[in-house]
Amino acid sequence: MASAILRESTIMKIHYGTALAAVALVAVHVLMRLTSGGFAESLEYETVLANYRFLPYALMLEIILVLLSIHGFNGLRVILLELRQGPRYEKAVSYGCVAAMFALIAYGSRTIIMTNMGMV
Amino acid sequence: MALQAASGPAPAQRPGTQRSITLRIARSNPAHDRSTVGFDDFEVPYEKWTTVLDAILEVKKRLDHSVAVRYSCRQATCGSCGMMINGRPGLACFTKIDELNSSVVTVEPLQNFPVIRDLAVGFDSLFENHREVKPYLDRDDTELDNIADGELKEYPQSPEELEQYIQFANCIKCGLCNAACPTMATDSSFLGPQALAQAYRYVGDSRDRGKDSRLKVIDDSHGIWRCHFAGSCSQVCPKGVDPAMGIQMLRGYMLGFGGGSSGNNQK
Repeated sequence: MASAILRESTIMKIHYGTALAAVALVAVHVLMRLTSGGFAESLEYETVLANYRFLPYALMLEIILVLLSIHGFNGLRVILLELRQGPRYEKAVSYGCVAAMFALIAYGSRTIIMTNMGMV
Repeated sequence: MALQAASGPAPAQRPGTQRSITLRIARSNPAHDRSTVGFDDFEVPYEKWTTVLDAILEVKKRLDHSVAVRYSCRQATCGSCGMMINGRPGLACFTKIDELNSSVVTVEPLQNFPVIRDLAVGFDSLFENHREVKPYLDRDDTELDNIADGELKEYPQSPEELEQYIQFANCIKCGLCNAACPTMATDSSFLGPQALAQAYRYVGDSRDRGKDSRLKVIDDSHGIWRCHFAGSCSQVCPKGVDPAMGIQMLRGYMLGFGGGSSGNNQK
């Protein structure tokens, strides 16, 4: 599906772009973990909740989620397309990867939004 | 004439003695028996100048005429005698036994191609993919259209413009690059380094006007983006073509980093 709607070069531009953006944002994320009171402390339950409730940080986590989901599931699609060929299989792989990507983004977003709004 | 194969380095030649190697030839006939792939060993004498093709033809002439092998020019020009030589794709006519430094030389059909019989493989997919990338100058006018005052006008090209693509014009379509390509081993729909390098050969040619239609063909889910840049295609090319570089140049162009020819070759 993805390749029927978008040209492969466009998909790959998105693939490389999401990788670069994710590297930059994950670097910010890791640096903030290291600089705000120690790494072990940053993984404590209350600290994690506090991060989600801080809107700019929650937005950054949401963007990382979207970037990595797009990049990861396109990577999976590429690997699966190389393993086997055939119109039905390729269609199933493309549809499946896009569906799984949206499902993961929806589930991750739900966690971020619910925590940010104090529902957890 | 099956002999026991011996492994190890080739013995040094002593004056007055003739050296010999064990030539292991893969034998199969998928049209009759798809499951059986075996090897026949032949003891073949060789000189410093003996090529693998010479050795195979010696076997055909004196020991077993039923060995199937494709060859033609014997000078690395026609690209017919590509095969796996000691596990590496090579032209049999261009590979000297002496340079292999092995007392056993194993020859097998090229990987990633369907076997017809023994060492002969089918090149249908190679030629089909080659045809798909439009391996010709694509433009509406011809040199004859430019005749003015009875004088034939040529498409001028500077040495710099020629330099952009000339090494890729040396391709002899032997299929060694496709046999060495790890992506071709798993993705049977992949265009392959040969066709992609030829796409660059014409995209990089300032006289060509068919860039857009050619890029459409290679911008596919089994096109240029499936190259992993292993570089094995460039390692095995007998003509010094660097398909891996051509593919990366073409990719760079498609990502908007320039490349291709400097002329206006849109159509």
